[in-house]
Amino acid sequence: MSTNAKDLRHPLKRARGFGSAQSGVGHWWTQRVTAAALVLLGLWFVFTVLSLLHADYATAKAAVAKPWNALLLILFVVTMFWHAVLGLQVVIEDYVHTRWKEVVLLVAIKFLAVLGALAGVLAVLRIALGV
Amino acid sequence: MNGRFLTFAFKDERTNTVEAIVAEFTLPKNSKIQPGKHFPAKDAKKPRTFRIYRWNPDDGQNPRIDTYEVDMAACGPMVLDALLKIKNEIDPTLTLRRSCREGICGSCAMNIDGTNTLACICAVDSVAKGDVKIYPLPHMPVVKDLVPDLTHFYAQFASIKPWMRTQSAAPDRERLQSPEDRKKLDGLYECILCACCSTSCPSYWWNGDRYLGPAILLQAYRWIVDSRDEDTGARLDDLEDPFKLYRCHTIMNCARTCPKGLNPAKAIAEIKKLMVERRV
Repeated sequence: MSTNAKDLRHPLKRARGFGSAQSGVGHWWTQRVTAAALVLLGLWFVFTVLSLLHADYATAKAAVAKPWNALLLILFVVTMFWHAVLGLQVVIEDYVHTRWKEVVLLVAIKFLAVLGALAGVLAVLRIALGV
Repeated sequence: MNGRFLTFAFKDERTNTVEAIVAEFTLPKNSKIQPGKHFPAKDAKKPRTFRIYRWNPDDGQNPRIDTYEVDMAACGPMVLDALLKIKNEIDPTLTLRRSCREGICGSCAMNIDGTNTLACICAVDSVAKGDVKIYPLPHMPVVKDLVPDLTHFYAQFASIKPWMRTQSAAPDRERLQSPEDRKKLDGLYECILCACCSTSCPSYWWNGDRYLGPAILLQAYRWIVDSRDEDTGARLDDLEDPFKLYRCHTIMNCARTCPKGLNPAKAIAEIKKLMVERRV
């Protein structure tokens, strides 16, 4: 933050840095859109899970296999992981200042989010398609 | 780095601080605050105690908190009055910035009783009870005592090119603006760049090297929304960056602390809305 006596560069050079990355609004907007979607999908998910309380395995499996339930469940899983990875990215950018840790974490959460989302989708599809 | 970070020094490479995966949680050794001197008041009718952060770059000592007792019966009502009385009558080594003493120059911005504000418009009596604690603006390098180094802050202000940018030929007279358009500058033009808001913002603390902070973003919006400025697109282009703009998470410390009663968080939200508007 401060000017270094040994630093011959003008403070404006530091302040302007690499300039604008020309991105950020996509991330911000997607985070809000997925949040709005999760309000509705979350309500549906909680309602569905509560309605399956005390249900046996076959009933629960049959419920998941219903086309609308399978579709909404896939939407819920994908949107949730998408929203989560966007949020985690912000937290990491805010607080992790050791560069290599920051980059490793940013890449790792993306891998994990894709892995989690695909696993969830595959699980639902297997039940829905009966394979 | 020629100063000492006040409060949390999360990014100090010089010292062996405890480093978790996220951040460093202790002050570097040479920033730890020591007990300071005590200047008691004799025969004071209305004594008030001021505890003030002191640090001198030349004596090799750690920062310390000095305690001054001031007779408020013989002192003006504002914190700045008390600081100047201390400097004039008790301890001339106390270093601070001040100029207009009426809340328009922004020089005497400092942290008083835990809140960033201007010493000249902060009444001593507004600190309801206990000692009046005075520190420099948080998380800025300290030049000396209550004087923070605002070099980077000012450079960030310069980086947004805060003047009217036009392409059309200069008219023979002033560029006109309707009263409705002029009204859009209210709540923006009053900013005096005292840095109270930016230095109250955790995002600015952690990422101030790249994040422009509330003051500069409010100033940027002041030109974006000006009906006479013709470089709106370029201004938005320059701000569209995960760090320059999108470190703001709307926690509103800026609006709470602004001694002029402005709302930088709202100005930032308006910029974010324009970013979406020109794309969606």
